[in-house]
Amino acid sequence: MKVTGTAHLVGDHIDTDAIIPARFLVTTDSAELGANCMEGLEAGWIKRVKGNDILVAGDNFGCGSSREHAPISILGAGIPVVVARSFARIFYRNGFNMGLVLLEVGDDIEKIRDTDQIEVDTATGVIRNLTTGDEIASAPVPPFMQEILDAGGLVDYVKHKLA
Amino acid sequence: MGHTLAEKILQGHTDQEIAGAGQIVQCRVSIVLANDITAPLAIKSFKAMGAKKVFDRDKVALVCDHFTPNKDIDSAEQVKLVREFAEAMGVTHYYECGDVGVEHALLPEKGIVGPGDVVVGADSHTCTYGGLGAFATGMGSTDIGAAMALGETWFKVPPTIRVNITGKPGQYVGGKDYILNLIGRIGVAGALYKALEFSGEAVDNLTVEGRMTMANMAIEAGGKVGLFPVDAKTLAYTAAAGRQGDVAMTPDSDAVYERVIEIDVTSMAPQIACPHLPDNVKPVDETSGLRIHQSVIGSCTNGRIEDMREAASILKGRKVDPKVRCIILPATPAIWKQCMKEGLMEIFMDAGCIVGPPTCGPCLGGHMGILAGGERTVATTNRNFKGRMGSLDSEVFLSNPWVAAASAVAGEIINPAKL
Ligand code: SF4
Repeated sequence: MKVTGTAHLVGDHIDTDAIIPARFLVTTDSAELGANCMEGLEAGWIKRVKGNDILVAGDNFGCGSSREHAPISILGAGIPVVVARSFARIFYRNGFNMGLVLLEVGDDIEKIRDTDQIEVDTATGVIRNLTTGDEIASAPVPPFMQEILDAGGLVDYVKHKLA
Repeated sequence: MGHTLAEKILQGHTDQEIAGAGQIVQCRVSIVLANDITAPLAIKSFKAMGAKKVFDRDKVALVCDHFTPNKDIDSAEQVKLVREFAEAMGVTHYYECGDVGVEHALLPEKGIVGPGDVVVGADSHTCTYGGLGAFATGMGSTDIGAAMALGETWFKVPPTIRVNITGKPGQYVGGKDYILNLIGRIGVAGALYKALEFSGEAVDNLTVEGRMTMANMAIEAGGKVGLFPVDAKTLAYTAAAGRQGDVAMTPDSDAVYERVIEIDVTSMAPQIACPHLPDNVKPVDETSGLRIHQSVIGSCTNGRIEDMREAASILKGRKVDPKVRCIILPATPAIWKQCMKEGLMEIFMDAGCIVGPPTCGPCLGGHMGILAGGERTVATTNRNFKGRMGSLDSEVFLSNPWVAAASAVAGEIINPAKL
C-alpha cells in the first residue's frame, strides 16, 4: 500500500499525554479520540491534518503511559503512518497491534521538513520525499512482529490461536 | 553463560532456552492487570478475538483506580463495563469500592504479585513490582486482552543495564532521589527497550517500599523493567502479604550486562525533576524559592506508608502555607488505616492538608487537584509532562515526600533541611 500526504513535524520525546491527554480517556471511540489528537501538544493541533497525512517525529515518540488510546487517536485523526527517529517501547508494540504503520529511520529523519509531501510504501518501508526527491529506507520490522502483521494484527492472530 | 535477573525470571516462565538479549520468547504470565482506563479497550479486543473466558480467573486483576470514585458520567460508564466483565468472568481480583487502592500499591500489599512472577499490565507503571523481584512490564490494552485470553505473551529478552548504588545517604534523601538522579544521568530514553538491574549497598539498605518507588520509575528512563534482587527484606514483605513459597534470587555472577553505571549517594542532595520531562533533574537547592500553588503527596510512586511517615515528619507541628493546596492521598485503604493508627491523619489535618481517598486522581490530571494555567505544583508522582496535571501552561516538579511536604509549608520549593 502507498500512502501520500503532508508531513507534520513534531519534536523529541512526544509523550502519550501530549498525544491524547488523560481527560479525553473516558471513551474508546477512535473518532472522538482522533478529534483531540495532539491536544496535549498544542490546542487545536488537529486542524492542520487533512486526512492521510504523515506524522514525523524525533526521538522516543510515544513515551509515557501504555494507553492504546494514543495510536487509536492518531489513526482516528486520519494519520495512517508515523515516521520517527525512534519510538518508545510500549507505543511501538501498541501501534503494530492497532494497525498504525511505524517506521524508524534514525538520523535520516532530518531529510523530512514540515509540510513536505511524503510518499510511504508500507510494504517495503521505503519513504520518498516528493518535495526534495530524497529516498529514505526504514529499519526492517522484527520478524516476530511481521508474523503478527501477516496474520492481520494481534486480534486476528489470537483469534486464530483460540479457534 | 550466566543470567541477569531479567533472564532468570523469564527462564522460569518459558520452555525455550534463554540465550541472551534480543531473543523473542513466549512466556506464561503470573498475573494480567488492567485499570478503569485501559480495561475497557482490553475487553473490546478480548471480545473481538472471540475469547469466551479468561485463562484463569485468579490471575486477572482489574483495578478501577484512575478516575474513581467516578468523576463523571463517562468514567462511570467505563467502570460499569469493567465491573460487568469482571462479574461475567468471575474475576477474583476486582477492585472498585471501599477496597480499591492505586493498583501498584494495592497488588503488592495483597500478595497478588511477588518474586519471580511475570506480570503484564495495561499500565506503564506495572514495572513497580520489579522492586519485589518480578519481571513486570506495561503493555497496551490489546496485548493485555490477548494475555487475558491465552495466559501467555511474547517478550524480546532485553539487554540489561546494571546500576550499582553505593554509599550512605544523608538526611531527606531516599529511593526517589536515587532514581531521579539516574534518570537525570541517562535521560528519558536512556534505558529504551532495556532492563535496569539495581545492586549495591544503598539498594540493600533500602526498604522494599523504597525499592518499589525506584522500580516504578524505570519506565521514565524508557526501561522495560527495573529489577531488584530478592533478599530477606523482600521475603519478609511478601510473607506479611500472605504469600508462601517465595525464594531469594540474585543474578548470576557471570551474567552479561550492556553497561554498568555507578552512583555514590553519599553527598547526594534531594533531587527534583523540573518541567517538562522527568530527566530534567537538579539538586533541590537550584530550584528553591519558586512559588507553588499545590503539593501532591501520593501515587504509585510515593503513596505508601513510609512516604506518609516521611511527609508527617515534616508537617508535624507546622502549618501548610494558606495559599497552597497540600493534597495527601494514601495509596490504599490499608495505608489510610495505618495512617490513622499512627496519628498521621491528625498531623495532616492539623497542618491544613486536604486528605483524599486512595485514587490516582491528580497524578494523571484526572480529578481532585487539577492545575490552572500559570499554576505550579510539587508532586511525589512520576511524570511532569506538559499538561500532565491540568492546563498546558501549568508546571509539575517531581520530588520525594520530604521535599513536597516542606515546600507546602514554605509555599515555595525548598530543601527540607532549610525549613
Ligand atoms: S498513580 Fe499515577 S502513575 Fe500511578 S497508576 Fe495512577 S495515574 Fe498511573
